[in-house]
Amino acid sequence: MHDLAALTPLGGTQPKTDRIGSVVITEVTDRALVSVSCRPGGAKTFGTAARKLFGMTLPGPGSWAAGDRWSLIWTGPEQWFAEAPFASHEDIARIVKAGLGDTASVTEQTDGWVRFDVEGDGVVDLLERLCPVPSRRMTAGAATRTLLEHMGCFVVCRTEAAHFSVIAPRSFAGSLHHAFCAAARSIA
Amino acid sequence: MSQSNRIGGGLIDRSRSLDFRFDGRTYQGHPGDTLASALLANGVRLMGRSFKYHRPRGPLTAGSEEPNALVHLRVGARQEPNTRATVAELYDGLDARSQNRVGSLSFDLLAVNDLLSPFLAAGFYYKTFMWPKAFWEKLYEPIIRRAAGLGSLTMQADPDLYDKGFLHCDLLIVGAGPAGLAAALTAGRAGADVILADEDFVLGGRLNSETFALGDASGPDWAKAAVAELASLPNVRVMARTTVIGAFDHGVYSALERVADHLPEPLPGKPRQTLWRIYAQRSLLCAGATERPVAFRNNDRPGVMLGAALRSYTNRWAAVPGKDVAIFTNNDDGHRTAEDLVAKGVRVAAVIDSRADAPRTNRYEVLAGAVVTDASGRLGLTSVKVRLASGETRTLACQALGVSGGWNPNLHLTCHQRGRPVWNEALAAFVPGGTLPPGLTVAGAAGGVMSTAGCLASGAEAAVAALADLGRKAKPADLPEAEDAPVRITPLFHVPGRGRAWLDQQNDVTVKDVKLAHQEGYISVEHLKRYTTLGMATDQGKTSNVGGLAVMAEMTGKSIPETGSTIFRPPYTPVPIAAFAGRSAGKDFRPTRLTPSHHWATEQGAVFVEVGMWLRAQWFPRPGETHWRQSVDREVLATRRSVGICDVTTLGKIDVQGTDAAEFLNRVYANPFAKLAVGKVRYGLMLREDGMVMDDGTTARLAEDHFVLTTTTANAVGVYRHMEFCRQCLWPDMDVQIISTTEAWAQYSVAGPNARKLLQKIVDPAFDISNDAFPYMGCGEITVCRGLRARLFRISFSGELAFEIAVPTRYGDALMRRLVEAGRTFDAVVYGTEALGVMRIEKGHAAGNELNGTTTALNLGMAGMVSKKKDAIGSTLSEREGLNRDDALILVGFRPVSRDETFAAGSHFIAKGAVANAANGQGYMTSVAFSPNLGHTVGLGFLKNGAARKGEILRAVNPVQNAETLVEVVSAHFVDPEGERLRA
Repeated sequence: MHDLAALTPLGGTQPKTDRIGSVVITEVTDRALVSVSCRPGGAKTFGTAARKLFGMTLPGPGSWAAGDRWSLIWTGPEQWFAEAPFASHEDIARIVKAGLGDTASVTEQTDGWVRFDVEGDGVVDLLERLCPVPSRRMTAGAATRTLLEHMGCFVVCRTEAAHFSVIAPRSFAGSLHHAFCAAARSIA
Repeated sequence: MSQSNRIGGGLIDRSRSLDFRFDGRTYQGHPGDTLASALLANGVRLMGRSFKYHRPRGPLTAGSEEPNALVHLRVGARQEPNTRATVAELYDGLDARSQNRVGSLSFDLLAVNDLLSPFLAAGFYYKTFMWPKAFWEKLYEPIIRRAAGLGSLTMQADPDLYDKGFLHCDLLIVGAGPAGLAAALTAGRAGADVILADEDFVLGGRLNSETFALGDASGPDWAKAAVAELASLPNVRVMARTTVIGAFDHGVYSALERVADHLPEPLPGKPRQTLWRIYAQRSLLCAGATERPVAFRNNDRPGVMLGAALRSYTNRWAAVPGKDVAIFTNNDDGHRTAEDLVAKGVRVAAVIDSRADAPRTNRYEVLAGAVVTDASGRLGLTSVKVRLASGETRTLACQALGVSGGWNPNLHLTCHQRGRPVWNEALAAFVPGGTLPPGLTVAGAAGGVMSTAGCLASGAEAAVAALADLGRKAKPADLPEAEDAPVRITPLFHVPGRGRAWLDQQNDVTVKDVKLAHQEGYISVEHLKRYTTLGMATDQGKTSNVGGLAVMAEMTGKSIPETGSTIFRPPYTPVPIAAFAGRSAGKDFRPTRLTPSHHWATEQGAVFVEVGMWLRAQWFPRPGETHWRQSVDREVLATRRSVGICDVTTLGKIDVQGTDAAEFLNRVYANPFAKLAVGKVRYGLMLREDGMVMDDGTTARLAEDHFVLTTTTANAVGVYRHMEFCRQCLWPDMDVQIISTTEAWAQYSVAGPNARKLLQKIVDPAFDISNDAFPYMGCGEITVCRGLRARLFRISFSGELAFEIAVPTRYGDALMRRLVEAGRTFDAVVYGTEALGVMRIEKGHAAGNELNGTTTALNLGMAGMVSKKKDAIGSTLSEREGLNRDDALILVGFRPVSRDETFAAGSHFIAKGAVANAANGQGYMTSVAFSPNLGHTVGLGFLKNGAARKGEILRAVNPVQNAETLVEVVSAHFVDPEGERLRA
């Protein structure tokens, strides 16, 4: 086992949690992330392999789905992000590639992104101040790509009007966190 | 001071009193008051000075259309100019001052302009101040600007926060008067997502200013109950103090919510205002109508106001501008005002009705067929002169005159996408035309429906229709009985006669000015507007446009619709610039991207530079270093002497996979990639379709079907987008998938003669990185620090023996600390982008300055890289004759003939003895640095036929800084031209 200490996207040794008014903003670091693209011509074989590996059918455009261990987010035509627990899946690309073989192109994305979970009664009011997606109308299972304060990101609805994940490029973590806290204070 | 002009009733909370100041004097008002209503209640009619002539003015209106009563609101950094007193909500401690005056409000020295008015007519500045020419900018213009104008800025930073937000709805209803409320009740009860926005702080529109009953309830009570029901519906968002300022494409509306303008200051951390972008499936304009004045001589005296405003002040705010009030009207609405005033016990001196067939009553005197010809009372109205039907003149003593010239529908939003209104003879007003913004319909007075019953019904029907359009069923709300009087109007826009009759009170435009414009040939409405500035003030001519148009129609002998119509642009009412900026202000102007070593670099006191959105360490000052060059020279020398470490994470990394990945790269890069071996890296040159160089970088082949390519920091997004376009649009049949991994890996360059030795202390022993096992341009997946997966590339930008090592970003900070620790044995340094730049210039490597979008591979001395054995993007057009001339610019190096001299990037090369002009230009310098290794300045630049001119002496001319240096043309490779170091 190597001896290099990890930092969170915000630069801490532990993920940060902020409670502002009725909103809780949490930096989520315990998930590994990988991109999965189906290679042309192998959709059927890919579908079968993916179902076997992830234990679920691949979600369609605008949505995401979760099983026991994996969750999948549709990110573009024939492309998904797969999430799994970091502790058991740190080397997630190798694990997924082993399961899907040449039917898919697989790229590690774990540290390419920062994930913040926002929860609480005011979460929709918060998101309405930050990004143009209709967060009030999103139901559990909805996921979409959007801009948040100039930053490209994914907004994932975990529980309707109560729990969302925002996944954005990791280097923006500080600015994104600032935007969340500023908006949370606005509505607190 | 007592509220001498306060009467009974009204929608104010008399249980509480609020202290406020105007021009230093303290007054009292009540919650529910506006600044204007409170001042009127205190007997203050004079509230401002006019734009050009500094005429004393009072409020003309009781709403957002106000042209006159503009004040500086608040003090210090929060002072805001041009605030309309008619919509400024009163709060305890409010402090306002009149503006555009020299001296006091009642004795303004610049009122002398009023006496000079014959010289200051429309377009005066086009005709005077012509000579001497030089005086305009330095003398005339500053004087005119000082004399003319509105409020002033404090020049202090705005201390408040402004939010932006995004809302979605099925139906956006603009305006919460009777039509808007009926529509909202209809759509809300049907379960649609409704946003109801109104600029006022009390919803109900005119219902709050009128005395009509709606069924058994008063107007205000009915409105209050309707709003209460709407607020209880979870699908309805009721937004008071929110002005919908614009209608944009695709059903997008912009709305400004004044969150805290009614408070002394915003609560800590809370916004003052929020600018909303509303995505509406359908929208309904229920913005009501604005009354317009009739122009007559001195119709701008404080105390002369719109009849409906008089009614609002009386009924809603229980404030009358004087004890004796006269009414001047051309329609039945004036009589409504008189009835209300009489009912409140205010003495009505007379109703002057320009119509011969004016209604008669015994409750007040009616002067039928009469007109007001003049008004007296410079600082406040004292009397009006009336020309009776008989031709006789009568003077009526009064402190207020209510003028009713008819109603103009508030159709502004229907024009925001170039829709033109149409003239309605019955109303003598413009109504919305046939071409409306898609998805928008109009109801109520905004659509020309002027009775309360009509407004209620049209609002409900329009809501049903809008929802039906969305495939939803709705039942019109049950509506109360309400007044349903027809409009009876005989148009009258101005009373002919001597003196100045004011059309646009905010920009001081008179009937005479319009006549002058006509006389001088400015007949088109657009010319009229620009020549006289009619309608071009902050109120966009809400009370003046139609009047101006009518006068011009009269001059030309045409009808109003033949003369033209004016349309409106967003915003409906003025919006602070800060609201448009939102949170993007100061250091939060845009987000920043931090590198994996950022926190470590901050600890070292690094000086950062913005590169795109990234913050990169520019250099790392050490104690005792007082000039950046000392730090940079040290970093360069230490790297070339031993070893240096640099964070290069910001370079774009694109993961390319698929069975066609190699062929794909072969097509996007000008040089060949098909045969690159696994475990090898190759430099690649990417051209645009036109043959110019787009970007460069290195590409590593990690497996047969897996590559990782790098881009320059600045072009990371552009190159990725280009490759996606190629993949999706040019060659959709290829099996290739790409995705950015820029941020997933922390990547550090380790460069210098001891780079390998340093890395050997980090890289796990199982991996042999000796020169034989891991030669120049090798790459591989390895592990470091006992088991962490990593990638190693043997590439060099500095020209030294160099590697780039990448680990998952979360370990980037730890790896930097480990490298620094392990590097102590070698006196390793960490270097920033400046040292990086110096070393690449010393080595003759092109970067952004050279890849400037106008250069080809040939210019860069890399023509041989454009493969002729394959087709790649840009290779064909790179063969254009004009790009391949014998005297084409070629990248070469330059050094000063006298080594202690220096020169600047951007200098142009001119032959000795030639005139320094564009025609004699031989090329230009792109990059310059001081080389601490050579001890003098070195430069890279493009020179005509440069390759053949080594040893030639030229002048590097810098006309911007008036500098010139003699330079010698040399090889671009100042350091290790044979490349022995990087292969060591």
